[in-house]
Amino acid sequence: MKRYSAFAIAREAARYHEGWERAWTSPTPKKKYDVVIVGAGGHGLSTAYYLGKNFGITNVAIIEKGWLGGGNTGRNTTIIRSNYLQDPSAAIYEKARSLYETMSQDLNYNVMFSPRGVMMLAQTQAEIRGYERTAHANALQGVKTEFISPAKVKELVPIINLDGPRYPVLGALWQERAGTARHDAVAWGYARACSAMGMDIIQKCEVTGVRQEGGNVKGVSTTKGEIDCDKMAIVVAGNSGSLAEMGGFRLPMESVALQALVSEPIKPCMDVVVMANTVHGYMSQSDKGEMVIGGGTDGFNNYTQRGSFHHVEETVRALVETFPIVSRLKMLRQWGGIVDVTGDRSPIISKTPLGNTFINAGWGTGGFKSIPGSGWAMAELVAKGEPGPLAAEFGMDRFTEGRFIDESVAAGVAH
Amino acid sequence: MLILECPYCGVMADETDLHGDGEAHLKRFGPGSSDDDFEGYLFMRKNPKGVHFERWRHASGCGKFFHAARNTMTLEVYGTYLAQTLEPPKAIIDAVKAKHPEWEGYK
Amino acid sequence: MSTRLASGGRLIDRSKVKNFTFNGKKMQGYEGDTLAAALLGTGQTLVGRSFKYHRPRGILASGAEEPNALVNMGTGGRFEPNQRVTTTELFDGLTATSQNHWPSLEFDVGVVNNYVSRFLPAGFYYKTFMFPRAGWKHVFEPIVRQSAGLGQVPTEGDVDRYEHFYHHTDVLIVGGGVAGLAAAMAAGQSGKSVLLMEQTAHWGGRAPVDGGTIDGKNCGTWVDETVAALEAMDNVTLRIRTMGSGVYDHGYALGYERVADHTPGDGRPRHRLWRIRAQQIVTATGAIERTLSFAGNDIPGVMLASAVRDYVVNWGVSVGDRTVVVTNNDDAYRTALALKGAGLDVPVILDARPEATGPLAEAARAAGIRVEAGKAIAKVHGGKKVTGVSICAQVGEGAALEEIKCDAVAMSGGWSPVVHLWSHCGGKLIWDEAHAHFRPDPDRAPTSHDGKGFVITAGAASGAMSLADVLTDGDAAGKSAVTAVGGEASKAVAPKSDAEETQPMAAVWIMPQGAGPKKRMKMWLDFQNDVKVSDVQLAAREGYESVEHTKRYTTLGMATDQGKLSNINGLAVLSDALNQEIPTTGTTTFRPPYTPISLGAIAGEARAEIFQPIRRTPMHEWHEEQGAYMEPVGHWRRPYTYPRKGESHAEAVNREVLNTRERLGLLDASTLGKLIVKGADAGKFLDMMYTNMMSNLAVGKCRYGLMCSENGFLSDDGVVARIDEDTWLCHTTSGGADRIHGHMEEWLQCEWWDWNVYVANVTEQLAQVAVVGPNARKLLEKLGGMDVSKETLPFMQWKDGTLGGFEARVYRISFSGELSYEIAVPASQGRAFWDKLHEAGEEFGAMAYGTEALHIMRAEKGFIMIGDETDGTVIPQDLGLNWAISKKKEDFIGKRAHTRTHMADPERWKLVGLETLDGSVLPDGAYAQGDGENANGQKVVIGRVTSTYYSPTLKKGIAMGLVLHGPDRMGEVISFPTVDGTNTVIKARICDPVFYDKDGEKQNV
Repeated sequence: MKRYSAFAIAREAARYHEGWERAWTSPTPKKKYDVVIVGAGGHGLSTAYYLGKNFGITNVAIIEKGWLGGGNTGRNTTIIRSNYLQDPSAAIYEKARSLYETMSQDLNYNVMFSPRGVMMLAQTQAEIRGYERTAHANALQGVKTEFISPAKVKELVPIINLDGPRYPVLGALWQERAGTARHDAVAWGYARACSAMGMDIIQKCEVTGVRQEGGNVKGVSTTKGEIDCDKMAIVVAGNSGSLAEMGGFRLPMESVALQALVSEPIKPCMDVVVMANTVHGYMSQSDKGEMVIGGGTDGFNNYTQRGSFHHVEETVRALVETFPIVSRLKMLRQWGGIVDVTGDRSPIISKTPLGNTFINAGWGTGGFKSIPGSGWAMAELVAKGEPGPLAAEFGMDRFTEGRFIDESVAAGVAH
Repeated sequence: MLILECPYCGVMADETDLHGDGEAHLKRFGPGSSDDDFEGYLFMRKNPKGVHFERWRHASGCGKFFHAARNTMTLEVYGTYLAQTLEPPKAIIDAVKAKHPEWEGYK
Repeated sequence: MSTRLASGGRLIDRSKVKNFTFNGKKMQGYEGDTLAAALLGTGQTLVGRSFKYHRPRGILASGAEEPNALVNMGTGGRFEPNQRVTTTELFDGLTATSQNHWPSLEFDVGVVNNYVSRFLPAGFYYKTFMFPRAGWKHVFEPIVRQSAGLGQVPTEGDVDRYEHFYHHTDVLIVGGGVAGLAAAMAAGQSGKSVLLMEQTAHWGGRAPVDGGTIDGKNCGTWVDETVAALEAMDNVTLRIRTMGSGVYDHGYALGYERVADHTPGDGRPRHRLWRIRAQQIVTATGAIERTLSFAGNDIPGVMLASAVRDYVVNWGVSVGDRTVVVTNNDDAYRTALALKGAGLDVPVILDARPEATGPLAEAARAAGIRVEAGKAIAKVHGGKKVTGVSICAQVGEGAALEEIKCDAVAMSGGWSPVVHLWSHCGGKLIWDEAHAHFRPDPDRAPTSHDGKGFVITAGAASGAMSLADVLTDGDAAGKSAVTAVGGEASKAVAPKSDAEETQPMAAVWIMPQGAGPKKRMKMWLDFQNDVKVSDVQLAAREGYESVEHTKRYTTLGMATDQGKLSNINGLAVLSDALNQEIPTTGTTTFRPPYTPISLGAIAGEARAEIFQPIRRTPMHEWHEEQGAYMEPVGHWRRPYTYPRKGESHAEAVNREVLNTRERLGLLDASTLGKLIVKGADAGKFLDMMYTNMMSNLAVGKCRYGLMCSENGFLSDDGVVARIDEDTWLCHTTSGGADRIHGHMEEWLQCEWWDWNVYVANVTEQLAQVAVVGPNARKLLEKLGGMDVSKETLPFMQWKDGTLGGFEARVYRISFSGELSYEIAVPASQGRAFWDKLHEAGEEFGAMAYGTEALHIMRAEKGFIMIGDETDGTVIPQDLGLNWAISKKKEDFIGKRAHTRTHMADPERWKLVGLETLDGSVLPDGAYAQGDGENANGQKVVIGRVTSTYYSPTLKKGIAMGLVLHGPDRMGEVISFPTVDGTNTVIKARICDPVFYDKDGEKQNV
């Protein structure tokens, strides 16, 4: 892999950029791999990357039905934060956040992690108490957050309307080292690094069946032929149910649409990410200048990657109320993604009833921010066959035991 | 922006008047049931890509709960029917089969 | 230089002059002008700067596809960035400024990016700016952000208003060109309801510019007559300035009506968002001309050929004195002829096709225009404006054959149907080789709830490329829509136009064909985002092969025009680089809106007070009159406290608590949920709903009950009263009534539908007041009318009667530990009753108290509060409420869940009281720290505070919390680290959660 740098750009400019090599190869699948990862989104690619980096396992294929990073990795609102309430969540999201801090350097690919700060507005007494609780929990979890006053909110976000007659801003939970990153770059950076380690990323290859022998996975049938493997990792948000069905097991999960939108770009006016859960909306400004806006999930099972417009209305209404200056901006584009939501709205990183088969799913609305932590934990599970401490609490058995990881306690919309 | 016909009041109801309530025809398991059955009842979901039977409430209308057979890939609605049934009625099953002869059936 | 011609302009009224300013310079135009026409009319060809390289940008198009000419418009509360000048109607007093430059449009420092553009290819930022690590946030990102963005930031809130509008129609037709009009006529004649929307201020679309005759009439005449005929039909609604912005599932569509953009401040809403439900949607959205990719095609003065023609014909504006026309199809000849007809010079038509034949080419030659076949532009000369072009052969590498002086270039790369609305809900496309464009595949329309197609395309949007075909197709679309909605299609024949002979176009994606890298780096695909042919080729080379990868890597088509001009050209270049067919490459996904719509319009009327409706109790106004400090509770506002002059909120709360404990407090408890549950099986049903037994509650008595979810978690609580043999009244938490009502209905309708039970939510029908304190009985006795003595109405019983003339139901229940009556009266009497209580209670020290005093008093008594002690993860057993869980019942909602291993785990945290060693108040939400760290390096926690208050009664801090093995550790001291920055740890002793009147002597008097 040729390293990227300003020098490399200057060198290539001299030959009209005709000398750049492929960021990742386009191989035909081998007969057999140590590990087959189904799904080349952020989670699948980071799982592969840490399998190689942390465990030296590089005989790995990452199989992708469409194009890499084309699912939720490429259609989220790019927020990264770890101010979660429950210990297992805070641990994995903070691991992810800390890996984002050095990701550009680790991958030699600028993912533009921008620790610009995320604030979650408290607009009711109950929300104040909830966020004060989170701040206390975070302090002991090693997650740096603080509950800040309305005056401090205004100082950080001059365009906010503190005194909305309906829901005044009473304070906020502030995580200074939270922020955003360039979503596509995360997938591309991991893909390039995996490819450089000799892994095969096989795009436009759909898994059509899972072959098993003696209760263990033996391989997968795909549109590009049969591929054998010793272990399989299923990392396919929005399609987890189908893959589980092929593997012969069920999941405590439903798939729903989550929508987002961007405005036309304007000059910088908001340096931080603001989330307003009482009114159901959140907003940040991308480096291009677009206001990036999201809200809650739609209310029915859906695989169309389209949502219902009234949810967009609700979200925009909330943001026009919170940030009056955005009223005359225009919505440039709206879109939807399909998220898998589990019974407690927390993810699953787990062994499955099928031997040597592991699943990483159910990130709901929190997938992007967790990518490196999720991959780190998943790689350990796949490599060792047992979960490490990060994944330990996210097993599927928790639904039998009634041992939930419920974050809805602290957040109405979770992003 | 779905529209579903409320089988009670006959209104073609807009999604904004409705409240989705997840998978229909879940069999309740109470005290004495096995862990597997109880977990299945509370959490395991078919979540199909395709024909789905689900519960809705005409929340801003007559307030009644009803069931719909709907396709999660195309959003086609094959029919709606009363909630007071343990399984989809034959007419609904037939309507689905008419459109999808290859459909494997409700179970 | 562009200028206004002495005559011509079918849309302008030269007698009505409109004054406006651009970058502070005073300018004039005419009524009927777009801002684009007016700017060009005054010679302003430079209007902005591009996004990345800050290159000079001129007007490129004449409609919604314009990528370059965006301006800041208006001032103050009417300031708006990124207004597209080609779709902005001119009005008197319009102020516009150009965007994305510093210090000025002519001298932009940012253009340095252009000089080093060779070092800034697609995706360069992914490959650099990585060191030092802090550099991105502190150095590089701020620079990128500042040079990106386009328009200025509004500084004030919006002074305009917006509205939403609902519309149901059989047929919605989007686009008021001749195809849409023909469709509307066909549909309208059937009697079905029709809504026809046109995004501009004029009917007729392109046809009147292009010429031709319809049914023997001049195009414009036919349009006028057709519109008049449609206006005369009662079943047809027509709207101009209304864009079809998006098509959503099941026939939902959005119309974006720009009501008053051209008449700001006239009192009308600025925009109106039409929420349309249509059975069939006809998209007559026309087609958009494509650019051609040649070196320097972005220099101001290079424009779409159709736009050049529009400016001449519609607005009497010439974009240049000498216009070179370059094309791969016949249509651009019409531009050359129009220019010539207006007396302007067309030095040459460069036709990339090997031969230039057919009637249009002949007409051009006959008009004295030099026509060069097989020729291309090797390079456009100029910087901020075009000064000339070098000509070369289309085949070959671009060696210049000749240089021609000119001040404008009109280009045409062919036409692409506007398929956006067709595609929003999944309509599929097919590649049309003959016209080199994607067009809708009528066999794969988007489908609605009935599984049938609900979108039909008409005219150029279908791929019809001649006037005759457009009319036939439009008429057919209207008739198909009628049939699809169950109507009878009209028998009238379609409007006719004479067939025109045209020559096939040739797919030309770069010009010349063999252009080398140096030229390809100067061929723009996306003019706003500065994406060039070389960038797309680079993406393909580096493995970004999917069209979505290329789009995202290069930002092609991600600008504010969403790739209306660049998409097809870009994916043709990509396909070529990948050596595959264009249909194999495919398109990116079309997403709403068609063109950007204001967030204000989406929000609609929901602003300020009416952002969300506020629920009001009958006593709401009284609270406001008293200057109560209100807090949102559900959709209510409840008084948190009633501060008096000079009092802090804390002081007011303490006063309210002490007064209630010592004398008499009054609480507006109307928000409490009240559900009547009635029927022969009501007792059995409530036994399932509540953890405790309700069927055996005696008539006249009350019982505190708990409700769990099926998952076992405590979800609501409240006092249940047995009204008669088959009637119970269930109190729920404030804001919980609707939720619990729905919960009960769901079980009744979907599980136990054979049980005879009815539930009614009567929360709004009743006002409820808590009369609390040692003097409570005295007050009620003074009001008179019923016996409220201890003997007749003991604790946990209720009685109906009259109090002071008010019909009342009186419950002897207490959430404060004091002698307490909760009195329900009809809502209409609520305020009068409340006033009466205050008046009569004055001598007993009656005083209203708010929610905070309520909370403190319940905490002093150790009563749990849903939402404080519970958070959706707490089961009744955690709260020591086992006494409220029936052991006798076989089943209730949540019972099975409680037997799961984790719920029966002795390690679950349990409720205890907490008192600090120094009497201070524990912080809300504090966690108790245990020993060491867990496997993830997190400090071990052993409990947390759930409620914490200063108790004015006990003059110290009191708290409740959930603590590991808490009830077994009475008297132990545990540590709560603070997060206030002081690094202190508060020590608290575990104690009984009942801090006040443990034996209940005060309430049971």
